[in-house]
Amino acid sequence: MSAGQSEAVLTVPVSEGRDHIQGSADAAVTMVEYGDYECPYCGAAYPIIKEVQARMGNRLRFVFRNFPIATSHPHAERAAEAAEAAAGQGAFWGMHDLLFENQRHQHDEDLRSYAERLGLDLDRFDRELVEGMHAERVHEDFMGGVRSGVNGTPTFYMNGARHDGGYDVEALFAALERAASSERSKSEKVAQSPPQR
Amino acid sequence: MTDPSVGHASPLPPGSRAPDFQLASTPDQRVSLAEFRGSPVILAFYPADWSPVCTDQMALYQELLPEFRKFNAQLLGISVDGVWSHLAFASDRNLHFPLLADFEPKGAVARAYHVYRDEDGTSERALFVIDAKGMVAWSYVSPVGLNPGADGILRALESLKSEGAAA
Repeated sequence: MSAGQSEAVLTVPVSEGRDHIQGSADAAVTMVEYGDYECPYCGAAYPIIKEVQARMGNRLRFVFRNFPIATSHPHAERAAEAAEAAAGQGAFWGMHDLLFENQRHQHDEDLRSYAERLGLDLDRFDRELVEGMHAERVHEDFMGGVRSGVNGTPTFYMNGARHDGGYDVEALFAALERAASSERSKSEKVAQSPPQR
Repeated sequence: MTDPSVGHASPLPPGSRAPDFQLASTPDQRVSLAEFRGSPVILAFYPADWSPVCTDQMALYQELLPEFRKFNAQLLGISVDGVWSHLAFASDRNLHFPLLADFEPKGAVARAYHVYRDEDGTSERALFVIDAKGMVAWSYVSPVGLNPGADGILRALESLKSEGAAA
């Protein structure tokens, strides 16, 4: 196991029960983002992802997982836990969007104001954050990312393979289309090829 | 096994004795490899303090210190920068593990591990996991611009641990 590591792949499969997902399981491409709410590159990627989602419609399934690098971003862990707390009340994506749209405002009182804006049960939200109820979930996401070769944020996986290219709109869109068409040709091959042996 | 597209150098391979060194980590402290004998050591060579990829890489490793500690492993960063640069870099980026100055003679330790880049005057972006007996257990050179992440390190530490349990 010297040099020549295999290409990085997603080691934690997407789970409908656990993951935060936009789009349907039969979409041509599933894109998983490992992101940090305080990371400026993730902030820059946020509207780009919205744009590719709009372009691809139901052909894209999008999954967001937590990868807070607290060493660089002191509020990122708490923000990730706030999004998980919101998820418990059915408002993950609302919180996710507010956090990326307000990257410079992620102090505890900001997080609370977003929870309020989303109409969450604030007592429950506060309690869950104070007790660190979602810290373990965030850490599980983080370690799953590390084991999949996440090396910074944002890191994207397209149908399970790490995307090492750029992530401006055109680059991301082109890579997603490539992943979609290779998925299609794979399934056609499976359908056409005679059974082996 | 060595894929030439992965990096320029062929790092010192597994099974080699890890060359000992003594390098400054601060203006008045030196760190030697031998002092960690008995526990695994992760050596992370990187080209330079302050360069954007290094920053992410070292921040990720800082974040993973508790995971490395589960294996009783010591993490050491090494570059050709001097101690004053290392001190400022560590304090700016909140890094709490030793950054060693492979500064004089420049790059001598990187050369001993076969990861010096003559053309740039820096080391490769290279990772070594050294076992408790001071032997190289795993080595990897990443393309200089690409952060190698930590999955390879964790896999190497896990296989050391399972070998130790089997022995």
